[in-house]
Amino acid sequence: MNRRELLGLGLLLPVSALAQVKYPEVTPNHALSFPRDHGAHPDYRQEWWYVTGWLKTQKGEDFGFQLTFFRARPDIETANPSRFTPRQIILAHAALADPRHGRLRHEERAARTALDLAGTKEGSTNVWLDDWFLSLDKDLYQTRIQARGFSLELQFEAKDKPLLQGQSGFSRKGRRPEEASYYYSRPQLKVRGTANGQPVTGTAWLDHEWSSQYMAAEAAGWDWCGLNLDDGSALMAFRMRGRDGKPVFAPPGVSFEVLKEWKSPRTGTVYPVGMKVRAKDQVLSLLPLMDDQELDARASTGTIYWEGAVRALRDGREAGRGYLELTGYWKPMKL
Amino acid sequence: MLLSLLAIALGVALGYAVHLVNRAAIEELAAGVRTLAGEADLEVRGGRAGLPEEVYAHIARLPGVAVASPVLEVEASIPGSRQSIRLVGLDALRAALIQPALFAEDPAMRLELLKPDVAFLSPSAFAQLGGKNLRIVSGTRVHELRVAGAISGLRGSTALTDIATAQWRLGRLGELNRIDLRLAPGADREQMRARIAALLPEGAYVATLDAVEETGASLSRAYRVNLNVLALVALFTGGFLVFSAQALEVARRRREHALLRVLGLRRGGVARLVLAEAAALGALGGLLGIALGHAFALAAVRVAGADLGAGMFRGMTPELTFSAGAALAYALGGVAIAVAGALPPALDAARTAPAQALKGGDEQAMFARAVALWPGTLLISSGFGLTWLGPVHGIPLAGYLAIACLLLGGVLLMPWVAEKVFGLANPAHVPTALALAQLRGAPGQAAVSLAAIVASFSLMAAMAIMVASFRSSVDEWLGAVLPADLYFRTTASGETSWVDPELEARVRALPQVERAVFLRSSRVVLDPGRPPVALLAREGVDRDASVRFPAMGAAYERKAGDPPPAWVSEAIADLYGFFPGREIRLPLGGTAHPFVVAGVWRDYARQHGAIVIERSVYAALTGDRRANDAALWLKPGVEAAALAAALRALPGGELLEIAGAGEVRRASLAIFDRSFAVTYALEAVAVLVGLFGLSSSMAAIVLARRREFGMLRHLGMTRRQVGAMLAAEGALLAVLGVAVGLVLGGAISLVLIHVVNRQSFHWSMDVHLPALLLAGLSLALIVLSSLTAMLSGREATGMGPVRAVKEDW
Repeated sequence: MNRRELLGLGLLLPVSALAQVKYPEVTPNHALSFPRDHGAHPDYRQEWWYVTGWLKTQKGEDFGFQLTFFRARPDIETANPSRFTPRQIILAHAALADPRHGRLRHEERAARTALDLAGTKEGSTNVWLDDWFLSLDKDLYQTRIQARGFSLELQFEAKDKPLLQGQSGFSRKGRRPEEASYYYSRPQLKVRGTANGQPVTGTAWLDHEWSSQYMAAEAAGWDWCGLNLDDGSALMAFRMRGRDGKPVFAPPGVSFEVLKEWKSPRTGTVYPVGMKVRAKDQVLSLLPLMDDQELDARASTGTIYWEGAVRALRDGREAGRGYLELTGYWKPMKL
Repeated sequence: MLLSLLAIALGVALGYAVHLVNRAAIEELAAGVRTLAGEADLEVRGGRAGLPEEVYAHIARLPGVAVASPVLEVEASIPGSRQSIRLVGLDALRAALIQPALFAEDPAMRLELLKPDVAFLSPSAFAQLGGKNLRIVSGTRVHELRVAGAISGLRGSTALTDIATAQWRLGRLGELNRIDLRLAPGADREQMRARIAALLPEGAYVATLDAVEETGASLSRAYRVNLNVLALVALFTGGFLVFSAQALEVARRRREHALLRVLGLRRGGVARLVLAEAAALGALGGLLGIALGHAFALAAVRVAGADLGAGMFRGMTPELTFSAGAALAYALGGVAIAVAGALPPALDAARTAPAQALKGGDEQAMFARAVALWPGTLLISSGFGLTWLGPVHGIPLAGYLAIACLLLGGVLLMPWVAEKVFGLANPAHVPTALALAQLRGAPGQAAVSLAAIVASFSLMAAMAIMVASFRSSVDEWLGAVLPADLYFRTTASGETSWVDPELEARVRALPQVERAVFLRSSRVVLDPGRPPVALLAREGVDRDASVRFPAMGAAYERKAGDPPPAWVSEAIADLYGFFPGREIRLPLGGTAHPFVVAGVWRDYARQHGAIVIERSVYAALTGDRRANDAALWLKPGVEAAALAAALRALPGGELLEIAGAGEVRRASLAIFDRSFAVTYALEAVAVLVGLFGLSSSMAAIVLARRREFGMLRHLGMTRRQVGAMLAAEGALLAVLGVAVGLVLGGAISLVLIHVVNRQSFHWSMDVHLPALLLAGLSLALIVLSSLTAMLSGREATGMGPVRAVKEDW
């Protein structure tokens, strides 16, 4: 080995000696505390604030909307002092489901938390990516999304305390104990504001979830729904599916049954856009506001999935509204 | 005929090849800019010093800015190589929104690119590295980047890496030098441009993408125009050959045409016949030219690169694309030139009355009209007038026009000159006297040959004088700018290597070094519409003119209270109107600092201009204490090799490129010769075709005079004497042609030197006459001319006097 090669090796060392980032583990019996846990948990691998809901214009037209802010901590350990070093990544997408348009209007963004152009705050919900943001002041969430094809300027008022999912906010996602997240929801949010400049009102659902290992290795995706029922109650159900399409994990008493399938003309992916959901004592049929609510998020989270506004029917009569999320049908999800 | 065809083919081929190569180069350049800039509406560019990243954050937050993508791009030096690679540090997450094409194949590449010390390469760079890590120089250290793959949208030699990696590894934390912006729908581009411009530090600017592309294209415009003019010269020569060939052909076939007229062909019919022949010739030449041009272009791109050796588009491998439209246009150009050349003879053929033509003996009628003095005089004087005009968009159009006027005017004056000159003497030697009499008596035919000699010889002489002047000026200039014994620089190319103050101190402390002068080179933008200019911070320029540069014109005596001095190159003086004594502002370290122009210097190295300032002033204003190269003087008795070895032994010294003054000089002259190689070759071919055209027209004239030779033989002249007469005719013609060609060529070379080159490249040079070369060329031409005349005479007189006269029924 000559001197130049030796020199090269020496310089290479920091690259190959990359330390893996140590993420904190999600454990049971960890009491969530508010408002602290409304804020960000930057040490964990990933975190999201996920708002879905139905809007009604003054003319009585129905829209579905979805807006999400993700925070990800990449598995990158480096001594680089640059302010651009990607220690945290913020991703966001927003979609508007307008039945007259027939498919989603959608925009997505991604940025590292450099120079405060994107970021999260600890202590209370405050996440932003350029001029998009979601923030919480007492019980009032504010958001503004100015996208190329649509705009949303909304506030969500939470009357109830956070609804802790799983065991007091410890939500298992797989058979292994570390496959879990901290998870709470804010159902029955009262929505006011404007969509595309028109005044709207409605009801929304917010999920806040953070974890270091969300999916089991054998899982390919999940089915999830969050429903605001007309009687003021709320229902959340999910299951994790394996690569063969069969469920690999679901909370006790939860099951999904396909009612209606739809094949995307763009990707050829088949989604079960109508589902019968059983959770505890409830049996609800979910039917989509429109079939095509496929969302191409390859530019931010790198996947294509179906995330749509649904009506919940009990014995053929509408009993509530909410959102159904179907991931891993296009390709297995990677988080 | 064949030569006319060849000349037209050559002209078309040259023009088409230049067009093809240029288009490929420009498209490649534009595609490179486009892929890297994507759908950006505006682009902010910092100078060499860059932009603070806070400015980026500020701009990104402006209402109306939809996406702001930060970039730090440099021409990174590769250790141990003369090549560099364009290293583009960007934020893949932002860039994907403006340059979606980059990551279209696999969006996961964006995430891979977030990792530290990872690079994606252009296909050519990827192939070249062959799986090895990318090694780049930063300062005098080497960094390795892991190659994660190739991105097909990248052109040339390019690598993408994360912005954070680029900042850190290049030692430019906190800095950017480009921001790509996409505006929100409805935002006013001009308003946004103005708002952003107000936020930028001195030396940075914001422009639309079109403007950026245009700056790139203007890099080589003058060079391209020069090559195109060369193609025009070849086409012109072709047209001229068609003219002389057709004129002789028409003269020879006078009776044939008259017979056709008598048989019922109308006037227009004869003209059409002649023109159709020329058009067919032109079409054939055009087709041949297109094929030849394509081959030329292919060969040129392979061998010399897209800029034909001028060193303007490094790392580019353009692809030639056949364009039917352009091919047709150039082929038609060939036809047009051929038809234009044949027009005067065709008209003449049509005008001639058949009865008169059948009788014979008035073959001179067509040429008689051209003996008037005024058109030539007018053209020549307007040629001189045109040299006073300035360039149009940086292109010396008036200069080219002046050359055309001089050339055409000179050619038109030839019959008059011939008449006067050949009327002067009346020697006793019979063949010579006869030759003179022939030249006097048939001035038209003589004029055609003379014009050919004058046209080709003056162009040849002009090019020879211009190139010799240029080369000797460069040689002299190299002597002046290389006063020291030994030079070193930090790797051959790229802008990421430098000598830090520590290494500089070590070099100064070497026992072999008598004196060391360090130089820091960087670039500044004085006008966003023009390419950046070189800023050279050199120590000791204030006190010691010998390390400075070859000064031109008067220097400015600084007065008390003047800002620090700056010396500008001729290009700067020409392009920006800076003159000694003028106060200028230079953007250094983000602020505009005043300087006073202390003098103008000659610089052949940097076409877009260079400014020299004192290094201590530069360091005080920018805080930049790095250097790029150094000039070293040896202590008495020390060998250059010993110092070179000592330099290499220093830490960081293994990356230095060390050369003696002689080596630098030889390398520079080699580069000079290479840049002009294509120009020389094309010119030589064009002139050669002209010369052969001359000899063929000579031969044609001689053959047409067979009857005359028969008559002379009957009058008692021997074949030998006829041969001597022809040789004398050829020599006399050539001597006159060469004499006039030299004068005309001298005038044209002055226009080339003082107008065309000055306006295209902003280089002044001292006129240098390559006397030996010119004398040799003159002699060759005279010998060639009399030889041709004699050889054709031998053929013409070979058939025997009786048959020759009999032909004249």
